[in-house]
Amino acid sequence: MATHLFLLVFTMATLYPVLWVIKMALTDASGFSADPWPFPDPANMTLDNFKEVMGLGDPKTSNLLFFRQLGNSLIVSLATAAVGLALSTIAAYALSRWDFPGKDRSMSAFLVTQMFPGVVMLIPLYILLSKLGMLNQLGGLVLVYATTSVPFSVWTLKGYFDTIPRELEEAALLDGCTRMQTFFWVILPLARPALAVTGLFSFMTAWNEFILAATLMTNEQSYTLPVVLQSYVGDFDAAWGHFAAGAILVSLPVMLLFFLLQKQLVEGLTAGGVKG
Amino acid sequence: MTLRALQLALFVIALGLALPAQAAEIVIWHAWRDVEETSLKEVAAEWSKRTGHTVIVNATPYDAYNKKVEAAIPQNNGPDLLIAPHDKLGKWTTMGLVTPVGIPMTGHLPSTISALEYEGTAWGLPLAYKSVMLFYDPEKISTPPTTTDELLSMARKHTGDGSYGLVYEASTAYSHAAWMHGFGASPYDADGSVHLDSDAHVASLRFAHQLTVVDRVVPKRTSYSLMTALYNDGKAAFVISGPWFVGGLERPIAAAPLPTVSSTGLPAQPFLGVDGVFLANHANEPEVAKEFMAFLAGPQGARIRQETGKQAVSWAAITSQDPILTALASQAQTAIAMPADPNVNMVFEAQNWALRRVNRGLISPEAGGAEAQAYYNNITRPPPEPANPVPYIILALFTLLGGAAFSFYPMLDPYERKRVWDHRWDYAWVLPSAFAMVLLVVVPFMTGAAVSLFAHDAGEYTFVGFKNFFDILLSRDWPITSPMSFYYTLVVTVLWTFTNLILHVGIGVALALILREPWIRMRGMWRALLIIPWAVPNYITALIWKGMFNAQYGAVNALLGVFAGANVEIDWFGQFATSFCANLITNTWLGFPFMMVVTLGALQSIPRELEEAAEVDGASYFFRFRHVVWPLLKPALLPAIILGSVWTFNMFNIIYLVSAGEPDGGTEILISEAYKWAFQRNNRYGYAAAYAVLIFFVLLAYSRGANRLVGKAVI
Repeated sequence: MATHLFLLVFTMATLYPVLWVIKMALTDASGFSADPWPFPDPANMTLDNFKEVMGLGDPKTSNLLFFRQLGNSLIVSLATAAVGLALSTIAAYALSRWDFPGKDRSMSAFLVTQMFPGVVMLIPLYILLSKLGMLNQLGGLVLVYATTSVPFSVWTLKGYFDTIPRELEEAALLDGCTRMQTFFWVILPLARPALAVTGLFSFMTAWNEFILAATLMTNEQSYTLPVVLQSYVGDFDAAWGHFAAGAILVSLPVMLLFFLLQKQLVEGLTAGGVKG
Repeated sequence: MTLRALQLALFVIALGLALPAQAAEIVIWHAWRDVEETSLKEVAAEWSKRTGHTVIVNATPYDAYNKKVEAAIPQNNGPDLLIAPHDKLGKWTTMGLVTPVGIPMTGHLPSTISALEYEGTAWGLPLAYKSVMLFYDPEKISTPPTTTDELLSMARKHTGDGSYGLVYEASTAYSHAAWMHGFGASPYDADGSVHLDSDAHVASLRFAHQLTVVDRVVPKRTSYSLMTALYNDGKAAFVISGPWFVGGLERPIAAAPLPTVSSTGLPAQPFLGVDGVFLANHANEPEVAKEFMAFLAGPQGARIRQETGKQAVSWAAITSQDPILTALASQAQTAIAMPADPNVNMVFEAQNWALRRVNRGLISPEAGGAEAQAYYNNITRPPPEPANPVPYIILALFTLLGGAAFSFYPMLDPYERKRVWDHRWDYAWVLPSAFAMVLLVVVPFMTGAAVSLFAHDAGEYTFVGFKNFFDILLSRDWPITSPMSFYYTLVVTVLWTFTNLILHVGIGVALALILREPWIRMRGMWRALLIIPWAVPNYITALIWKGMFNAQYGAVNALLGVFAGANVEIDWFGQFATSFCANLITNTWLGFPFMMVVTLGALQSIPRELEEAAEVDGASYFFRFRHVVWPLLKPALLPAIILGSVWTFNMFNIIYLVSAGEPDGGTEILISEAYKWAFQRNNRYGYAAAYAVLIFFVLLAYSRGANRLVGKAVI
């Protein structure tokens, strides 16, 4: 009973800021208020913030820009997950299975890149993408995000592949499968939890990023949602209601993914951890 | 093909080429928001209708605007036109980002014209002007004060019980400028040198000190949101702010020019900021762009901007009946144009530093003047002497050769060569990701790191060798104990990483242990709810928590007040311990679910029989955890812990958005300090890059050490 009570209190404390966001989104006040009660006053609830953020408020200024930007975010994030997975699964599989010279060094090289501070990379990256002609293109963002997510994905996937017994592949190879076929038809289906986890991670990398997106994209039509969200809170004024409504809209898809992939999340991360 | 057909074809092609020249497309960038943005789009639409040209209006979030402009235009990716405050001129003209247009500025207010003249040249066209002024609550104040003595006595009367007589951002140089000028001080001497410690400067600091520390009529920490909230609650008699303040209000407000400083008889003159439209260098359609500039700044554009955008427009013939804009117009008569000098940000940064400390009562106004001057001297120290690059090139070559020799040394062995050849197809599997990593991560980082050997000033790089590193590592500009020193920040960063990990792992493991117990009801629901913080993007988390830690309007203080049964007003960002805690709480909220999930997973592979056996033997819960569960859990958690520590070490978003380094840069970590040097202190990219390289080496050393400690290669 005491444990349940502890869980309840801890969960409430955890959810408090979330409730606060919901309250701000549903209230038509311009900012924070000193009231610690995290639920909105039912009499004053309004969906105006959501309507305005989605551009559906005033018919005169209504436009579909929000949905365009939501589409950008979805395209970029899904493509990042796909490209990130494609790059990292094959690398992780090779690193897990075959003992080629330089293997350990490449594994550690992948993780060393996690230590690069991003601050100094912004301008070189801008120049690089500009030379490649990929500025202001969603494809450019996808490539950058997918690469950023590769080290963690390789790390998780390699750990998971390590736990899959080699006998399975040996049997398949004996049956006349090529290495490719074994990989695609035997290993990948078994690694589903780890694929789900890494896919989710790559998706989130792209879904949440705003500094690169704001700098590399030159027009509003190609912004992703976090850039728009960031513009609600500036130096001189902060449209907290809009920010909160936008925050909810941005967080919902990721939360949904988390709930759907909960089981895989636990299993996929574990195995990676056990073997390191 | 006959000649005639050829001519026809040529004619058609020429027509095709000529068409775009007739109906051109120009691009304009801005960081305006809300109604100002709407009005700009309206002007663009109106002009398109008249001329047939198209205007593409692109908004960029304010925070990203300058970076984007400075990155895009030198690379030929910029717009045709830019809207920006005039104080950017110094920097942007030195960098060659904007070009003079030669359109006469007749018709505009003289003060806005002179603001757009920098070093004898007229740049762009003025659009609107902004400055702070004195707002007052007409329900409390009948006639606005004309002197600071009157202001002070009225403010005292309305202070107390959670109300403040005067609300303004007392600790920012921008707001303080009005008092600075009113006491006869100016950051720049006649010859352009900077002096921040004169008697007049000290007198103005003493006045700020009087308001915030002695009389306490001004709240200690103010932000735009707080000012709005206080005013809406009727808890602010006077507010010093700009026209943008009115937007968020729910109650009537009145405005007047700032009063005269009683002891000097001079008016308190705030800074005047003029938004102008500028022609970008490398514009695609400069001639058409100029036409639009003239339209936007001229009477038709100004009319729309004033009516829709509520702007105080610079076009002199258009006046407003709006009482706020009228007050702004009369304030603008005395306001002093913001200096456009490229190092004006350094002046502000130095004054902010001193103001924050004086207004918290930490130092006297006299010391404030001296500290501002010392701070300014430090951050504007001229770049190191250029160094001869030859020895460095030789050193780099040797390092490269040595590295290559080391890597390929095993290849001398024929057996090793055969092994590589036998495994040649294995490499193909790693190649795509390795190539992508090298191209998009390693190359940018190496380029960025190479910048650490240079000093950057307004677009020009000078080779200085290792001097940036010496400056940082020898702490030449600050005593080692100052928050600005590398070592101080390193200690804070290590403390930050360590405390975070303890909490993330501690809470994560504890929750996982609870959630694994079969007798817990609705385990799935608890788990799902506790994962939520992980699913929320971290910049959202950071901004929400920052709001919750607000001293007057934050939920944290309000909640503590409910439990304490008294009014709690902790100034969270006022001292190191609480400010650090605010960051820590935010990041813990964000980080424990990851550790919880990893632990839950790891626990699945630990057979319960072991524990049950221990239980039968009479082992207590903690004994079982310590001697049965933990030894099995540890190897699974270690990689996650080490990776987590690397992430936490570089957790920029939280520090930057929650405490922003307050107080006085004390809670800054290495990565956010590097960011400040790169983007907020005159773009000292070289210095910032040296910081980044040092961060990398610290982490590399840490991971090597951790591997040795753990006894296997984790990272």
